[in-house]
Amino acid sequence: MSYVPNTPEEQQAMLEQMGLTSMEELLTPVPEQVRLRRPLNLPPALSEPDLKRVLTRMAAKNKNLDTTISFLGAGTYDHTIPSVVPHLQRRSEFVTSYTPYQPEVSQGMLQAIYEFQTMVCQITGLEVANASLYDGSTALAEAVLLAVGPGGRGEVVISEGIDPQYRRVLHTYAFARGFQVKEVPTRNGVTDLEALDAAVNPTTAAVAIQQPNFFGCLEDARAIERIAHKGKGLFITTITEPASLGILAAPGEYGADLAVGELMSFGNTMSYGAPALGFMASKQKFVRQLPGRLVGQTVEEGGKHQTGYVLTLQTREQHIRRERATSNICTNQSLLAVGATIYLAALGKQGFRELAELCLQKAHYAFRQITAIPGYEAAFSSPFFDEFVVKLPMPAARLNHHLEQNDIIGGYDLSKSYAGLDNHMLFCVTDTRSKEDIDHLVAVLRATQGVQA
Amino acid sequence: MSVESLIFEKGAPGRRAASLPAMDVPTEALDSMIPADLLRATPAPLPEVSEIEVVRHYTHLSQRNFGVDTGFYPLGSCTMKYNPKLNEDMAALPGFARIHPLQSDSSVQGAIQLIYELEQYLAEIAGMARVTLQPSAGAHGELTGLMLIKAYHQSRGESHRNLVLIPDNAHGTNPASATLADYRAVEVKTDRKTGGIDMAHLKALLEANGANVAAIMLTNPNTLGIFEANVVEIARMIHEVGGQLYYDGANANAVLGITRPGDMGFDVVHFNLHKTCSTPHGGGGPGAGPIGVKEHLIPFLPGPLPAKDERGYYWQDAGPQSIGKVRANMGNFGVLVRAYTYIRSNGPDGLRHVAESAILNANYLRHELSKDYEIAYPLICQHEFVATAQRYKDEYGVTATDIAKRLLDFGMYAPTIYFPLIVHEAMMIEPTETETRETLDYFVSVMHQIAEEARTNPEIVRTAPHTTVIGRLDQALAARKPNLRWQPGQEKTHS
Repeated sequence: MSYVPNTPEEQQAMLEQMGLTSMEELLTPVPEQVRLRRPLNLPPALSEPDLKRVLTRMAAKNKNLDTTISFLGAGTYDHTIPSVVPHLQRRSEFVTSYTPYQPEVSQGMLQAIYEFQTMVCQITGLEVANASLYDGSTALAEAVLLAVGPGGRGEVVISEGIDPQYRRVLHTYAFARGFQVKEVPTRNGVTDLEALDAAVNPTTAAVAIQQPNFFGCLEDARAIERIAHKGKGLFITTITEPASLGILAAPGEYGADLAVGELMSFGNTMSYGAPALGFMASKQKFVRQLPGRLVGQTVEEGGKHQTGYVLTLQTREQHIRRERATSNICTNQSLLAVGATIYLAALGKQGFRELAELCLQKAHYAFRQITAIPGYEAAFSSPFFDEFVVKLPMPAARLNHHLEQNDIIGGYDLSKSYAGLDNHMLFCVTDTRSKEDIDHLVAVLRATQGVQA
Repeated sequence: MSVESLIFEKGAPGRRAASLPAMDVPTEALDSMIPADLLRATPAPLPEVSEIEVVRHYTHLSQRNFGVDTGFYPLGSCTMKYNPKLNEDMAALPGFARIHPLQSDSSVQGAIQLIYELEQYLAEIAGMARVTLQPSAGAHGELTGLMLIKAYHQSRGESHRNLVLIPDNAHGTNPASATLADYRAVEVKTDRKTGGIDMAHLKALLEANGANVAAIMLTNPNTLGIFEANVVEIARMIHEVGGQLYYDGANANAVLGITRPGDMGFDVVHFNLHKTCSTPHGGGGPGAGPIGVKEHLIPFLPGPLPAKDERGYYWQDAGPQSIGKVRANMGNFGVLVRAYTYIRSNGPDGLRHVAESAILNANYLRHELSKDYEIAYPLICQHEFVATAQRYKDEYGVTATDIAKRLLDFGMYAPTIYFPLIVHEAMMIEPTETETRETLDYFVSVMHQIAEEARTNPEIVRTAPHTTVIGRLDQALAARKPNLRWQPGQEKTHS
């Protein structure tokens, strides 16, 4: 299937209008020694119906969340998506537009992003937010880059309670840019405050935690804020499960300088983890150091007072400032930001709180049921939101294999990321899990007693 | 002229648009689960609107936005080609859209297979040994590529290399990525006759500082739409001093099946799948910026990488020399499904036809527009070219911005303007292969009319646009007094 509309005859006529006879004449600038004189070694073209069949079969080889009960979170969360969200987000005027460089014909996208920035401020309790970043992990890296500043040196202190993937990404950026990352261990599922206090010194550029952290546990954000701010460093909070903000203190309420994280689960498809939706919110004073796009409200030129929206503070950005830009980011995640905006508008003030309550109550119900099974123990006593760690009577990988045979996707096997957490599983229960799903899991776990080694 | 008020200005207390699942579990008291000082003090002041209000509001916003589906979008270096609907349908299949990134390999065999095969297709298209699909966008690919180059030099005991050569016509992301990777960007001049690299300048830079050069970043064809005739010689010179060649794939739509970066001598390549492989731009993302590398850089690739054995597909951890991960999870999978669909849809001959048709359409426009506009480098171009409005500015006070704004009145988007920086009053035009001859002819006729207006009635161009939902906006005010979010009590947006 080709999407080139002009026929060979039309193309020939176009060439002739230019005084040419063949396409080859337009390729003369390409030196002969680099010309590819054979067809690309790729599968032959397929028609639309044939290709649909191929891809539908490939997709069917994946166990998907519509037909499988899942208790897997660990940074990627399944929340109910109201039907209005995909219907509006997928309107092709949004989907097929570029970054809104010409504001007069891009007011729709610009206003949607302005509303997104506003909503990110509303849920985080901070004063300013950007138009999006690639994902939560790179948003954390960008926040740390902001904290270390243009010199790119210095040291940041982060908690081991931050998502292991995020920490790996941060180490990669640190390698490239030249700053140091010091990791502080956890105790009882939360950041060890004594160790944190010892690690932070007056030259520390930033302290970063995750709330709720990777174990689902709630950090003592207020105590950490005091430690983080004993020097001049910035306090960065990472939020991978944004539903928690319906109930938990907002980063702005406990004194975070920057909040970063992941909003994909608000209205966007999970799609094997990406495209995701990184966000960054901060106190007003960092506005000119923020990476990425910012949309601002303004008025029409010439003394007219009609309100409109534009990309603004662009002198921070790569296309103007080049090597002195605050970041190299160009394409970000606009369409996902539109999805999250529509989602939060649909949920509204009341729904946002109810979403958090559903996640919290369902997870705590599951926690009580699972830890009542002989051999299944709570790993930590710290408070949690919608994820919790259970010590199992067997390796997590073995349990997961067994659950998969029962069409259940189990929790995250923590031995993959943390030494000393063999036989530990991180369960996630969100609004999309019913009591029936949870009871089914518990029944299968009870029946699993017999298969332990 | 019209206004769509903000969602925050709509609705009434108590209204809502989404119904959530039932609370079907026994509940516990909140304070028994969460300590008081960790509870939210003030509810997030989100909108309170009904479903019909949400639907009308965002439908209105979409109507106030211009996309490829609306009309011609000749935005240079952005490759605004048609985005096939089939790709959208495939990405939305539950088996692709509803899977979790940490599921077991055995439960996502189709997803790993797609990634495995797409890597191989892109490696073949680029002429590279191996590809990673992890980077999220072009600029992210650039950063990842520079990290690989850094790790490579370090492994050879050459950590002192601190310079990255970048042509003066390069995309702004190139120098910004170099800075992010802790390199110093050094500008290489453009040859004013050929539009390619100024070879004498390059030679002088290498003679003076070759031992400190980590890499050169080139876009080929470059942002002038010119194919770099000396690319093989440049590769030889850079490799001779121990540097690496980075290919910015923003303009790769011009080379599909015609030539390959790997064969030109490049060591690292990034693709912008949201350009070359027709995945939609989404108003500024998501994109995807896979990178391909030659054999010697494979050990440094971010992991994990997909692999296959007799039991099926699986994720293999990266080796000890890997730079680590550059993002969480496996890359922008939803975008990758679309790109995979596009490549299979076109096949080898189709992809070559894409590139040739893009080149044909660009040259056709260049030829037709040259009657009214000066072309910055009046040579055979590849997928795009740069015209200049300098003459109209000098003679009639009509700038590239004015022409761009006037185009909007005719139901078309504008070219990229004031870029590349080396051309004054630049208008960078990329029609892509998916436009009909009639559309191109209409664009030419409108550009001709605007040229006439500039001569006879410049005011109408200088004050354009006239037919859009809003006129030119006060950018200076936006930057001087940034208003980046709505707040209660803020002046209403109604005029």
